[in-house]
Amino acid sequence: MSALICEVVYRGIFQKNLAARITRGIVLSARKSGRWGIAFGRYGDSPQRNGIPAKDFAIVADTKEELEQNMARYEPKHVDVTVCVDDTLSKGVESWAWYGLQPINRLTEPNGTLLMTSLQSFDALLKDIHKKDAPYKLSLIRAKASFSGLWVYKEDHTEVRILGALAKIAPSFLTLDAVAEAIKEMEWGSELKVASARKTYERIETREVKITEGNAEVPYAFEMPKWWEMREGVTIPAIPIGKPKEGGQGYVPERNPYFKKFSTRTMRPVIDFDTCVKCNLCWIACPDSCFDVMPDGTFDANMDACCGCGVCEAVCPVEDCITMVNESVFNDNASQWEMWRTDKTAYKTWLTATIGDKKTTARSHGFRFRGQYDEELKKDLDTGGVEIAAGIPGENAARKV
Amino acid sequence: MAIATATQAASEDKELLISGSEAVAEALVLVDLDVVTAYPIRPYDTVMQAIAKKIANGQLVAEYIVAEGEHSQFEIVKHASTVGARVFCGSSGVGWMYAMECLVVTPPLRVPMVALVGNRALDDPGAFGVEHNDALVVRDLGWMLCWIDTSQEALDTTLIAYRVAEDRRIFLPLAISADGAFLTHSQAITLVPPKEKVDRFLPRYDRGDLLLHPDNPITVAPQANEDWVIEIRRQNDEAMKRAVGVIEEAYADFRRIFGRGPENPWFEEYMAEDADVILIGMGTISLPLKVAIRELRAKGKKVGLIRLRWFRPFPFERLAQALGRAKAIGVIDRDYSFGSPFHSGVVANEIRAAMYNADKRPPLLSFICGLGGREVMLEDVYKAVDMCYAAATAGKSDSKTHWLGVRE
Repeated sequence: MSALICEVVYRGIFQKNLAARITRGIVLSARKSGRWGIAFGRYGDSPQRNGIPAKDFAIVADTKEELEQNMARYEPKHVDVTVCVDDTLSKGVESWAWYGLQPINRLTEPNGTLLMTSLQSFDALLKDIHKKDAPYKLSLIRAKASFSGLWVYKEDHTEVRILGALAKIAPSFLTLDAVAEAIKEMEWGSELKVASARKTYERIETREVKITEGNAEVPYAFEMPKWWEMREGVTIPAIPIGKPKEGGQGYVPERNPYFKKFSTRTMRPVIDFDTCVKCNLCWIACPDSCFDVMPDGTFDANMDACCGCGVCEAVCPVEDCITMVNESVFNDNASQWEMWRTDKTAYKTWLTATIGDKKTTARSHGFRFRGQYDEELKKDLDTGGVEIAAGIPGENAARKV
Repeated sequence: MAIATATQAASEDKELLISGSEAVAEALVLVDLDVVTAYPIRPYDTVMQAIAKKIANGQLVAEYIVAEGEHSQFEIVKHASTVGARVFCGSSGVGWMYAMECLVVTPPLRVPMVALVGNRALDDPGAFGVEHNDALVVRDLGWMLCWIDTSQEALDTTLIAYRVAEDRRIFLPLAISADGAFLTHSQAITLVPPKEKVDRFLPRYDRGDLLLHPDNPITVAPQANEDWVIEIRRQNDEAMKRAVGVIEEAYADFRRIFGRGPENPWFEEYMAEDADVILIGMGTISLPLKVAIRELRAKGKKVGLIRLRWFRPFPFERLAQALGRAKAIGVIDRDYSFGSPFHSGVVANEIRAAMYNADKRPPLLSFICGLGGREVMLEDVYKAVDMCYAAATAGKSDSKTHWLGVRE
């Protein structure tokens, strides 16, 4: 008797349909070899919002009894394969369903596999992925994160690429032929998709990760209070009033110590403090109060609190003063303002390079005109599914195409 | 409505001929109510009219808000209580149902709202008469529930209700149930105590750390995931458990200060000490039962009554003790619980559950009668008592539920 337990870590709304297709695909593929399975979402993640990290699971087993045994746990505590369909989640996951930051590989069994879609190198990813006290395998599918929406789906073959990769990782449960057969029968299946799955089976890149490798940061965690320690009446204390930044100047608000939000982010604002006109608009518009007022009157986006929604970029009246840049470029949440204060020339150089990269400034999610996904898809498929399609008609379009 | 006559000596009670609803309004003047919301539905509307008159007469200074429906009515007092106001509201039948969403959220928010439910049959058919199903709907949710029998008890229980609900150890809403028509609309001689006694009995409402105020910035009722919910339920459970001691404390203090009131807060025992057959009911059904019991006693039948005052918290230990003495028990429900065990009413099954671990479990017979406000006839009571005696002789219950006074 044996079972295969998979989790799919995905971005709420943007990848909701993708994750459901993957877990359904796993079960239906395993069914082709007579196995039993279940696909389910973590219910605490269910009231999704854009970008909030969330999880779906698939369990397949030889017998119904063993399936039941694994289903008795509402949420698997260990998984054979962690599927992560957006590499910015490699920095850790803080969902709505728990407190604290979970390393992306937390549930991955020793010698299990973390399977990601990414264009980054192994080494670049391992700067973000937390260290684990057991060795595991990191497998990469060369693809950019497939983001769509609740009502739209981007048919870029990501779901079948994952299934093709899983046939390589867990052949005793999912044979490539079973995967191909299942894909063909799926309401969204096609011969082209079967070909994509087979191609990924061949192209998947895998390497061992040793216990010495990875991000050494200890993810933040919280002790949950006992029922008699909690305030009564479903009340929580208000966030206290903030303090001046320094020397009585500026203002830094207090923030929720239990929920930091930043793992929701797929892009972050990069700020040019030299061109800031101190108009306050970003500070006013930010729905998460993530801007700290600096002593000089400029605004620094606090990277622990920023969800990456991009409203600040949209309201900023100064061209290139606030630019959203893909999260994969950054390795920490350090203050940009401090960096600027320390060495303004170096900052300008860094800023110019960072916001000048047409690939990393392409919006990671949202479509701006009818047919955009089709256009992107064509480019993706023509180039083997690896090219980032930049170009966001709409705000800043002319610059960024 | 009684007219307030010349002021009497402050230490004396004043005697008024008032209905149960008017007695509640008298108590609301005495507790110096802050906010009351109203939306008319019979029979609760009698109390809302009585309070309006008190305010119009200058006897009470309070915010009187006529809401556009029961949902808002209960929401408004919930919020007023959160900012520290002593509040009152109430409803009947389907009006109480329309407020359901607000009734559900009140206990977890620990809002010590006091409400009057003028018990009324739920629609359909549209009807005005008493049934207890309206108030009973909230029985599992953290509402304290009690049933009253007389105008005097209406006044006294309202005073006690604020003392209990607003106790920091509890902070739970409390609904006082009064049988529509039989109590809400019947006037009886009632003693109204002077305010100074009430002031000694009832401290001011202090919301403490839960007060919603700019000086105490808190968020009330945030969304929570499964990491928090069971702990919040457990807190409510503990508050309801603590209510037992607080209620006993309040009744003892009430007797000390006002010189009246029962020793046993939980239920009234009428000729029950030596009874072979004990009948159980809630509310004004006690009247025909007491009359019948006196008749039966005259014929040598040792029958007694337990009139349940408190339904939540349910006095299961004391009841089991009191009922163990009898040879048979007859529970008379003025409610129904279709499809429940033995197809009984709510009270019968609560008592069955309370007796399950008791050493002595006399046969229990279940009766449903008086629905929709139908009068409970003495003949029906005699019939019930005969069946109880038969069960006592047989040493076991017939495991049925008998509908009394229904045409068949």
